[in-house]
Amino acid sequence: MDRYTEQRLFGLLARASAALILAVLVMVVGVTLWRGGRVFITDPAVAVTPPGSRYMLDGGGGFLHAVLGSIFIVVPATVVASILAISTAIFLQSDYSSERTSDVINMFLNVLWGTPPIVYGVFVLTIIIAAGAQTSLIFGTIAIAIFQYPIMTRYADEALRAAPDTVKEASYGLGATRFETARMTVRAALPGVIAGIIMGFARGIGDAATVLFTAGRSTQMPGGPFDPATTLPILIFEQAASFNAEVRSHAYAASFVLIITVLALILVSKLLAGKFARFAPGGRHS
Amino acid sequence: MSNETAIRTEDLEVTYTGNREVTALDGVSTEFAENKLTAIIGPSGCGKSTMLKSLNRLHEIQPNAEISGEVYLGDEGIYDTDEPLPEIRRRVGYVPQTPTALPLSIYNNVAYGAKIHGNYSNSELDDLVESYLRKVNLWDEVKDRLDDPGAELSTGQIQRLCLARSLAVEPEVLLCDEVTSALDPISAEQVEETLEDLKEEYTIIMVTHSMDQAKRLADDVVFLYLGELVETNDTRSFFENPQNERTQEFVKGHTAVDYDDEPDEESVTDEQPVATR
Repeated sequence: MDRYTEQRLFGLLARASAALILAVLVMVVGVTLWRGGRVFITDPAVAVTPPGSRYMLDGGGGFLHAVLGSIFIVVPATVVASILAISTAIFLQSDYSSERTSDVINMFLNVLWGTPPIVYGVFVLTIIIAAGAQTSLIFGTIAIAIFQYPIMTRYADEALRAAPDTVKEASYGLGATRFETARMTVRAALPGVIAGIIMGFARGIGDAATVLFTAGRSTQMPGGPFDPATTLPILIFEQAASFNAEVRSHAYAASFVLIITVLALILVSKLLAGKFARFAPGGRHS
Repeated sequence: MSNETAIRTEDLEVTYTGNREVTALDGVSTEFAENKLTAIIGPSGCGKSTMLKSLNRLHEIQPNAEISGEVYLGDEGIYDTDEPLPEIRRRVGYVPQTPTALPLSIYNNVAYGAKIHGNYSNSELDDLVESYLRKVNLWDEVKDRLDDPGAELSTGQIQRLCLARSLAVEPEVLLCDEVTSALDPISAEQVEETLEDLKEEYTIIMVTHSMDQAKRLADDVVFLYLGELVETNDTRSFFENPQNERTQEFVKGHTAVDYDDEPDEESVTDEQPVATR
């Protein structure tokens, strides 16, 4: 095969893969929006109505309990995980750790990153049983936070590493302390750090396995942190497996809510990243 | 002008112990005069930047740097001291080679150092920001956009912003690491003019690659070669009458432009300077 045929073939392959993946993405989002949207047209209150007492059987009421469950589990988890992740990422930089230490910790983070979320679920369940507690919202939060932590740490670590060393030099050169300099470096790396937080949030709100054993799969409104709760992904699984056609159609409505949330988050992250990128050394490049 | 010593090194030795051991500075003892601009020159890799950074212990942020000897700021050693490290670095400021705005507004780039070191009221900060931006001839260019990100200025403006930022913590000595090397000729000239103004008031130690810049700006010159101090003298004597053989060779390689205005037979015909390195 001559070089130019080779080049043409590869060009074709590259375009075809891009087109294929885009088409799948458009179909997934499209079908969800279409089928979920239809439910919302006929019954717009479904996402903000508490479930009836026999919701899973007759579809009476809505699925506000899962929407609230998702918010109350994932938002606090994201806050906790991002604080831990940014602190860890700061610790992994050369001001605090030797190269060897950070290599070892990074290896553990990679293992955590690759651990299937169901394993975290089982791990937290073990704690619940050992503590003699019952599955509830707060344990769902813990499990999600553990799940999000390595994702956010890796993003933050990479963003901090990519920040120019001259920011550090300049900050130390002004007589800033190590902590003040770390804060300055985080500011310089903020677009990447925020991308990591949003990514962690999106992964957390979409994950079912971590909360499956830990939050309690409740079909009632959660009343407090120690009440059983459920999240949208678990609800979607249960709705889709229902015998009742209306409940099954609600699975699309719930998917609709999830996908809109994730799309909105990505938009917010882009906007924030753009805002902070103006301040990042090197100007509006990222 | 006083001839007091602002900062001096005694047997300063810096070794990088990475994969292979490199002695960057090998027992350097020298003095830097107060309220003068001293240029540190020498070929690449001769330890100029290390020398500069060891004057406020900035090389310590790199792992694997080992140091012996002492640097005296006035009468106090900066290595063997109880004074916290950030306080030493406040007293000996540093402007990096690459113009780098902190990820803050123009205003806060200048105010940042002052804010971390002291308690200032907002109006005091306003005055401080204005006065230091004026000092580096940047005020007129940025006074209407103080809240814009510092990173949106041009490279040359950022370098002057860096100078203002470093001066705002009122250092006793200012270290400048090839501050014009990343700039276009016009911006470089503006930064040089700023340094020219500043050297009346501050002790400035500048690393430079450019002989011509050293001749234009410096009062004194320190010549390093492979980590050793070869020669130090006032600029005129250094270039006109170098004592050491290596200095003579180094200066010869760079004397395409004449030092003073006296017409010199060779240089009259040699109007276009040829950069030889």
